[in-house]
Amino acid sequence: MAKIQLNGKKITVKSSISLFELLLKYKLSNKRVAIEHNGKIIPKTKYKTKLVKNNDKIEIVHFIGGG
Amino acid sequence: MNKDFLKIADIKIKSRLIVGTGKYKNLLETAKAVKASGADMVTVAVRRVNVTDKKKPMLSDYINPKKIIFLPNTAGCFNSYEALRTLRLAREMGGWKLVKLEVLGDKKNLYPNMIETIKSTKTLVKEGFQVMVYCTDDPLLARKLEDVGAAAIMPLAAPIGSGLGIQNKTNISMIIKQTKVPVIIDAGIGTASDATIAMELGCDGVLINSAIANAKKPILMAESFREAVKSGRKSFLAGRMKKKFLASSSSPAKGII
Repeated sequence: MAKIQLNGKKITVKSSISLFELLLKYKLSNKRVAIEHNGKIIPKTKYKTKLVKNNDKIEIVHFIGGG
Repeated sequence: MNKDFLKIADIKIKSRLIVGTGKYKNLLETAKAVKASGADMVTVAVRRVNVTDKKKPMLSDYINPKKIIFLPNTAGCFNSYEALRTLRLAREMGGWKLVKLEVLGDKKNLYPNMIETIKSTKTLVKEGFQVMVYCTDDPLLARKLEDVGAAAIMPLAAPIGSGLGIQNKTNISMIIKQTKVPVIIDAGIGTASDATIAMELGCDGVLINSAIANAKKPILMAESFREAVKSGRKSFLAGRMKKKFLASSSSPAKGII
């Protein structure tokens, strides 16, 4: 298991799951989102190959209503 | 009028009214107001996905980004670092380059920090973004923004969400005269007639959020703005009569009985 921080919350996930699997877990794989992995923006093409490690900080963002 | 388009960078849209999607009661009302406004472009914010509630509806479930252009905005960013981070994420999300930059300087009046704004515009332009920039109504700073490559100059009419209408028509007119890229009034419009005035001054467009979302009947107000912006544009194109300080009667004096 890996302990990570996702959108500011501490959560535990299976070790070495990919960002794509993380999106699947939150039903976000077909949504318009962007991911920041330890402060770096990850291109969509790398979601399946980029793996999540212990202590990673991940931000998943989307568009919301705004002025 | 049919060939009258608003051109920003390489995009061409029909409606000169751009609307914000914040402050509405819910996403359904947001979508209805956007539809009633006739806007082709809406501003959106970039925020964390709610990971504790997987069923929470998303904006893109209500407004189709294939039909309405999403303009990612950096509202709420108080420095260049936050603004750049937000827009780089937005670009990755949508794949487009047209963005709205807003770097705020003061929590109470939400005035833009123009030093950070100019710095951020330069960086974004270098990275290939097309940047529409929220700014003060200072003609010198507006020119500076144009010089560093802004795709549109977006001076405030009054503080964000204040609804006070255009406070400095002289400055807005000066900015319009000197600027080659579109000038779009952003922030501070209170009611439909304020938008008409902006368009009559010669603005290329207006961006409205609070004035519609905070109206008692937002959808009706959205319709009102749609007409107000069109009306102001037509009035500008028609060219108003000269102001006189004496009366001039409308009926001929000849043939008076």
